[in-house]
Amino acid sequence: MSVKLLLAVGIGGMLGAGGRYCISLLYGDTNGYPFATLTVNLIGCFLLPFLLNHPYAKQKLAPELLAALTVGVIGSFTTFSTLALETARLWNESVAMAISYILISFFVGLALCFLGYRIAARKQVNA
Amino acid sequence: MNLLLVALGGFIGSIARYAISLQLNKRILATWVVNISGSMFLAFLLKFNQDGMISDKIWLFLGAGFCGAYTTFSTFGNETLNLLLEKRYWKAIGYVFSSFFVSIAVVLLVLRLF
Repeated sequence: MSVKLLLAVGIGGMLGAGGRYCISLLYGDTNGYPFATLTVNLIGCFLLPFLLNHPYAKQKLAPELLAALTVGVIGSFTTFSTLALETARLWNESVAMAISYILISFFVGLALCFLGYRIAARKQVNA
Repeated sequence: MNLLLVALGGFIGSIARYAISLQLNKRILATWVVNISGSMFLAFLLKFNQDGMISDKIWLFLGAGFCGAYTTFSTFGNETLNLLLEKRYWKAIGYVFSSFFVSIAVVLLVLRLF
């Protein structure tokens, strides 16, 4: 495994995690619905398949930069552990809220993944 | 300062996730493993933080930073999409249900039992 790739992913991860933290600060300490996590996860769901399927990203970007952006920045920007923890917390307060949080995260996330994929794949036809 | 702690945790967390995905060639299994193990670790960290065993700084570094970056939602979504596009519906359903069910069950168990 290449040290250069690992470092690239790590530096991307710093930016992604830092960005996620900044967004959580923007929302403030809401003890209610976890909008901050929802925001980062949904943005990341669109961006990852978009980049992975975009012809320019695949052909022109250096592998280190692509890994830094996809595995590093977007991978760290989105998170699963916080989602699991927040769902458990919501579950103790209101089961309906917990289930709605999971359903919105998953279905809207998947729809945005598909949208990112389709927009990038369409560019491939034109290119 | 807090931002730096989160970023530093993110550096280690993303490299750990990448290293595991290189070790386990089956990418979906790798994402599953990091998401479940990271959720469990985060639940323990929350418990330790609530009990006063670790400071808020460590919570930011290991919780928001490391665990947040070590686990990932975008790859989970992208892999699910790819399974659906390949018409491997049962695998997609199994992947999604087991990811959510096991991670949340593990978190609830850690928070209740320890």
